[in-house]
Amino acid sequence: MEKTIQTEKKEKHLEDQIDIIKVEKLNKWFGDLHVIKDVDLTVKQGEVIVVLGPSGSGKSTFIRTLNALEELQSGTIEIDGIELTDDLKNVEEIRKETGMVFQQFNLFPHMTILKNVYLAPIWVRKWKKAKAEEIALGLLERVGIPEQANKFPGQLSGGQQQRVAIARALAMQPKIMLFDEPTSALDPEMVNEVLDVMRNLAESGMTMIVVTHEMGFARQVADRLVLFDKGEVIEMAGPEEFFDNPKHERTKLFLSQIL
Amino acid sequence: MSNDNLQHTVATNDRLEVTDSPRLKVEKNKTIGETLKKNLFDGWKNTFLTIVTALFSIFVIYQVINFVLSNSWDVVYVHLRLLMIGQYPLEEIWRIWFALYYASFMIGATWGLWEGAGKAVGLTFGSVFLAFAVIPWTTLNTSLNLAACIVLITAGYLIGHKVKKIKLAVLILWALYIPLTLGLIMGFGGLIDPVLSRNWGGWLLTVILASVSIVGCFPLGILLALGRRSSLPVVKYFCIGYIELVRGMPLIMVLFIGQLLIPLFLGGSTGIDNVTRAMIAYTFFAAAYLAEDVRGGLQSIPTGQFEAAQALGLNKIKTTFFIILPQALKAVIPAMVGLFITILKDTSLVAIIGLADFLGTARRISNNPDYLGRYLELYIFVAAFYFIFCYLMAYVSRYLERSLARGNS
Repeated sequence: MEKTIQTEKKEKHLEDQIDIIKVEKLNKWFGDLHVIKDVDLTVKQGEVIVVLGPSGSGKSTFIRTLNALEELQSGTIEIDGIELTDDLKNVEEIRKETGMVFQQFNLFPHMTILKNVYLAPIWVRKWKKAKAEEIALGLLERVGIPEQANKFPGQLSGGQQQRVAIARALAMQPKIMLFDEPTSALDPEMVNEVLDVMRNLAESGMTMIVVTHEMGFARQVADRLVLFDKGEVIEMAGPEEFFDNPKHERTKLFLSQIL
Repeated sequence: MSNDNLQHTVATNDRLEVTDSPRLKVEKNKTIGETLKKNLFDGWKNTFLTIVTALFSIFVIYQVINFVLSNSWDVVYVHLRLLMIGQYPLEEIWRIWFALYYASFMIGATWGLWEGAGKAVGLTFGSVFLAFAVIPWTTLNTSLNLAACIVLITAGYLIGHKVKKIKLAVLILWALYIPLTLGLIMGFGGLIDPVLSRNWGGWLLTVILASVSIVGCFPLGILLALGRRSSLPVVKYFCIGYIELVRGMPLIMVLFIGQLLIPLFLGGSTGIDNVTRAMIAYTFFAAAYLAEDVRGGLQSIPTGQFEAAQALGLNKIKTTFFIILPQALKAVIPAMVGLFITILKDTSLVAIIGLADFLGTARRISNNPDYLGRYLELYIFVAAFYFIFCYLMAYVSRYLERSLARGNS
């Protein structure tokens, strides 16, 4: 009951938001392999998109093209009004607005947790150190590990490291957060602590694109679900429709395998 | 019995007590005799080995003492100044003392500020100074100067220990150390009379050659390593060509080329002396090897590190300097220090192009008709000196590795 009310409230809210991500006719090849085929996607500000699909379906490659970690071959990507081109200035602008969380955390092992979080704000946003440190500490508080600030990444558990990685991405105050299988490398008992942080983030109104296999999370948090297969978008729908009344046979098959 | 009971209760209450305290107790209860018996005379095989090893050790120690006492070391101490600073003019020797004072104070301050490896360096230098100050044939003047160095190490330590605010100043003074002291030893243009580099020699020349080459090859090697991975073909192939060319030549040949080609390139032999040419040759030679060491480190960094830095908006230069290089250099500390030790020892090859470095000076002295056949004492002294400083470098490197490894625990 409570959940339905929340979903309705959110959807109503979303309608008068701007389109923050616009992807049109996106294509990508790795050599001869066509990994992304004519993908279109428009995301409203504050919307949470969960991307599903079997491994090798191109879902990771897709979100990695959004912040230019992968080069696109044809089509357009527009993020917060900036069109992604191969101009370096442009790419840097887009990366400032999009935070990314990786499967393998990718924290910087030679720096303390605190420095991991405030490094980019100081050198990219050009904030004063005192301000960046204060914000970093606030974010560590928000992801629940302020007491680890002066430790090194190697001294933390996987779940804690991933929460630091989320704090590090948030420190740049991005408008969009991309999650590339954030819980796939974690021990099962640590998955929830990371999902909780992501759930809070979604509730705070962050625009998120999440590649994941966590169906519970997808059903509860996603505004829309996207199923990728062989580089194509097979199905795109809200959670109720996607899980309870999928249109395509491929979606039914995928859900039957994973649920 | 009651004691045993007590221990048992403690043990059940606290697991640490179980493993730690009984073991300590056992060690304490043993007498020296029992320990000796258990470790050295446990069975007839062990006893036999102990006796043979003891006899052999006594024999070796006897021979060493015999050698040290029966040989006259005058060949070393008569030439001590020559071995240390070569033909450096006596009236200008204060410049070298100044360089030593400067180094002593800095070593002391570093020790006081950061503890760690500074302690080993400070103690080693202090011990060497002390040894030279107290041996009977050092002149009073030298002894006093060496004593002043020891005082400066101590003073530096105390100041560094108390005033932690001078960290930045100490780092700046370290960065200025080689330019300042080298300028002083050479003589600034016009301000201080120049001392021609042909008068430099002995350990002074060895240290100058080695330290300038090491400090010079470090940035050059890093640039070459980064250049080799560059996406710009011109830069990339220039770096590859340079590295492979230099690595494909013997060091002695590079030294010869330095002597012949550098004056050719820079227009006439004016102004560039033999020592500078040798420094340039060593620097460029070592840079190629260092570049390959650093490249190994760069390749060991997972791509995730680049991606994470890029995703945060750091550009290529910032990614390289904040994220990639620190990790890469840390990974190759052992290889780099190995190279630095090699450079220090390889400076002895300058004897071939007519310079009198530490080893070269020793060889020249051994050719002195008054001391014919006395090379063993000289070479033992030289070997011991090289060993102390090479071992010190190795020790500092191991310490650095350990202290930088804290993030990986």
